[in-house]
Amino acid sequence: MSDLPVLLEMRSITKEFPGVKALADVNLVVRAGEIHAIVGENGAGKSTLMKVLSGVYPYGSYDGQIIYQGAETRFSDIRASENAGIVIIHQELALIPGMSIAENIFLGNEPRKRGAIDWKAANRMALDLMARVGLREDPDTLVKDIGVGKQQLVEIAKAFAKDVKLLILDEPTAALNEADSQHLLDLLRGFRSRGITSIMISHKLNEIEAIADQITIIRDGRTVETLNVKADGVDEDRIVRGMVGRELHSRFPDHTPKIGEVFFEVRNWNVRHPISAERQVCKNESFTVRRGEIVGFAGLMGAGRTELAMSVFGRSYGVYESGTIIKDGKEIVLKSVADAIAHGLAYVSEDRKAIGLNLLDDIKTSTVAAKLSKISRHGVLDEVAEYKAAESYRRELRTKAPTVDEGVSKLSGGNQQKVVLAKWMFTDPDLLILDEPTRGIDVGAKYEIYGIIQRLADQGKGVVVISSELPELIGLCDRIYTVFEGTITGEIARQDADPETLMKQMTSTKKMQTR
Amino acid sequence: MSRIKDLQKNLFGGTTSNARQFGMIFTLVAIVVLFQILTDGLTLRSDNLIALFNQNSYILILAIGMLMVIVAGHIDLSVGSIAAFTGILVAKSMAEWSLPWPVAILFGLAIGAIIGAWQGFWVAYIGVPAFIVTLAGMLLFRGGNQFIGNANTIAVPEGFRVIGSGFLPEVGPDTGYNNLTLLLGLAACVAVVWREFQARKTRREMDADPAPMWISVLRMAVMVGVIVFASLRFASGRVGTSFPVSGIILVALVLAYSFYTRNTAAGRHIYAVGGNSRAAELSGVKLKRVNFFVMMNMAVLASLAGMIFVARSAASGPQDGNGWELDAIAAVFIGGAAVSGGIGTISGSIVGGLVMAVLNNGLQLLGVGTDRVQIIKGLVLLLAVALDVYNKKQGKFSIIGSLTRSFRRDTPTPPTAPPDAERETARTAVPS
Repeated sequence: MSDLPVLLEMRSITKEFPGVKALADVNLVVRAGEIHAIVGENGAGKSTLMKVLSGVYPYGSYDGQIIYQGAETRFSDIRASENAGIVIIHQELALIPGMSIAENIFLGNEPRKRGAIDWKAANRMALDLMARVGLREDPDTLVKDIGVGKQQLVEIAKAFAKDVKLLILDEPTAALNEADSQHLLDLLRGFRSRGITSIMISHKLNEIEAIADQITIIRDGRTVETLNVKADGVDEDRIVRGMVGRELHSRFPDHTPKIGEVFFEVRNWNVRHPISAERQVCKNESFTVRRGEIVGFAGLMGAGRTELAMSVFGRSYGVYESGTIIKDGKEIVLKSVADAIAHGLAYVSEDRKAIGLNLLDDIKTSTVAAKLSKISRHGVLDEVAEYKAAESYRRELRTKAPTVDEGVSKLSGGNQQKVVLAKWMFTDPDLLILDEPTRGIDVGAKYEIYGIIQRLADQGKGVVVISSELPELIGLCDRIYTVFEGTITGEIARQDADPETLMKQMTSTKKMQTR
Repeated sequence: MSRIKDLQKNLFGGTTSNARQFGMIFTLVAIVVLFQILTDGLTLRSDNLIALFNQNSYILILAIGMLMVIVAGHIDLSVGSIAAFTGILVAKSMAEWSLPWPVAILFGLAIGAIIGAWQGFWVAYIGVPAFIVTLAGMLLFRGGNQFIGNANTIAVPEGFRVIGSGFLPEVGPDTGYNNLTLLLGLAACVAVVWREFQARKTRREMDADPAPMWISVLRMAVMVGVIVFASLRFASGRVGTSFPVSGIILVALVLAYSFYTRNTAAGRHIYAVGGNSRAAELSGVKLKRVNFFVMMNMAVLASLAGMIFVARSAASGPQDGNGWELDAIAAVFIGGAAVSGGIGTISGSIVGGLVMAVLNNGLQLLGVGTDRVQIIKGLVLLLAVALDVYNKKQGKFSIIGSLTRSFRRDTPTPPTAPPDAERETARTAVPS
């Protein structure tokens, strides 16, 4: 690999924010035609580095040099870097949902004929670009009507419309399911064979191991090392060691479950889609949870796991049709979230920023938000009680923040997740439903979150974990249900769980019982 | 240097977060001083201060309700029309149906509640954007006012006028001052001192060091000084004038609503809904109820403001309340509320309203015509918010943001940590 010419070299980049050195003397060498992965824990400075590269932080706001295609570049803004062929695709896609694929591809870059947009040419060129990324859709289709995986492809097609030489992808597969991720990775391989260079930021180490040629590891704003995947024989453990600066012996804390009797049961649960009533999202689903048990829900994206969880949690999703919830031997009816909370249910949503937290809040306000009655008398809040509650959770969960007055928007993903967990632990739940509890969280914080989940189970609570990462479910859960298209297709005990069995049941409607 | 910073941080509040209020209050003080000099001392004369309060109390009352509406993520364009509609009905109820004036006031508040329920129903339960509902309401109730009043003016009786143009009566020994106003000032001073010690106690219970004693003393001294000065001014006006009744109503409302928004669970729910309605809903907040309440509350306050205005001008007319919604909205935004909801304080909105009021008053005293006053006010609104936006972008201290959540909690300050991918919240994400 090292015989390839250098396309980009970032030399001793240092970037400071008031009070914080985000990047200190970072070096990055990317060779033409390779896939270069950048890994590091959240807050390590990966995204900041990419923002320096793409001109979001213009020349002059950082120290160091960027040598691109043999010459030093000084980008003043994103447009300048795009003109040079550097295109960054962010984790949160920058597409306009109500516009068509073709309109999105050429947004700000429309082909013109005598001043007016030449839609004929645009559609023709769009088809061509879409073919290059393997997207088979009508270019007139609205972006909101295609899945997130295809939206990702539209973003890449948009990059090609700008004649990209260096493609930067920030967590490209974070929101994609297995099949879409595979397709995207294949696509990147195809680009490599055509000489397009990619930089990929990702937390999914297995993907990186599979696809990257070189890996640069960043820790605390410094370059730790650059590994050559083939020559150095890099594997996941090797990467993790570089990221956290120590050996992680196990990705899961040791835990001996103390499982009690069944205390929570959902029977024959049927729910319809909130808008298109003919679509049944939950089809006669039944499951049980025991005290002290961690129950997993495996399934592909769109299998209806989140929908099941939210519809149980006070009918916060969809239109309830039929089904019963039994808790501690008694049937309960949960018509609203307030009912669910009052009956000891807690739901930690999969998207903590969009629906889990109010990002304007500080830690203390967030912690108590779901049960204000606990810190108030006759509706009047007790500031001191609020502070004490939030502070005790901050200590217990080891949330990294100077005080509980810190705004949650300033925290890293892992610490935000701890605040959300604290918020729901504060409601004294008997059953916690955790939807993708470790999404977008780095390895170290994941380990801590697993520990918290296990402690909650040991307190005799039931915990339901919905996750798209099979190793996580297998490592954490005592029992796993598989879900496929709104149907529970299997129930697998911990000792029988392996990725192949789970995957098989996640992708077929055939009911299998291994217990 | 650090002492000065300490001072700046601590002068106007118990915690560092309150420091941000400094900027806006400083602006207000600067404008007052500027006009005091330009008008040769006219601005702070008793009669002018009294007039200032009388002329603006109803806008400030609207600003209270508007703050809550805006914090919840809505807007209300109908307040001027609601005020006019209530005004004409109340005037008519006294003139033609000879309702006694206290009953008429209750009648007016009831009208506000009914209108508010109507608008709240559409906003909260049907989901029509408040902008549209209240735009419709603006036309509806303006037309209603003119339909009912036949586009005529209806006078109101003497007793009713108290709420708009009445003053604290003269009681007790002749001190050369209005005794009740002095008593009110004294009570305010006691309250300030009590609150300061209360705040210090709370800080200690939160294991945090309270501000140094000298700062507490200085802060109390400044506040008490301002109150004493104001009390003496209000108490020493022309005989028969003193602190206006409408001012007392305003102060009572400000205190009550500040407490409500800051210290109650229901108040916090409004911020939660405005900050992230889905997250609030999933935390058990009754979204519809909160939205219904803020819209209804706004209409009741608009009715009250309308009645105070009618009482002050002794009659209800077809043009009452024209453009009030814009004054109230401007006050709230100058006072640091966020257009997208979730951020803002009552005290900030009042200061914002006072900035506009003093500006208005000062320019009029200088003989500037209403045409130019409007131009200047428009520019001030734009500049105040633009400067704030600019400062936020530059990551510097933000004057408007300074007020944003002065009492409740810390303002989201400019980024000190590297904005990682985690913070890309502003980007338009495609719903998956």
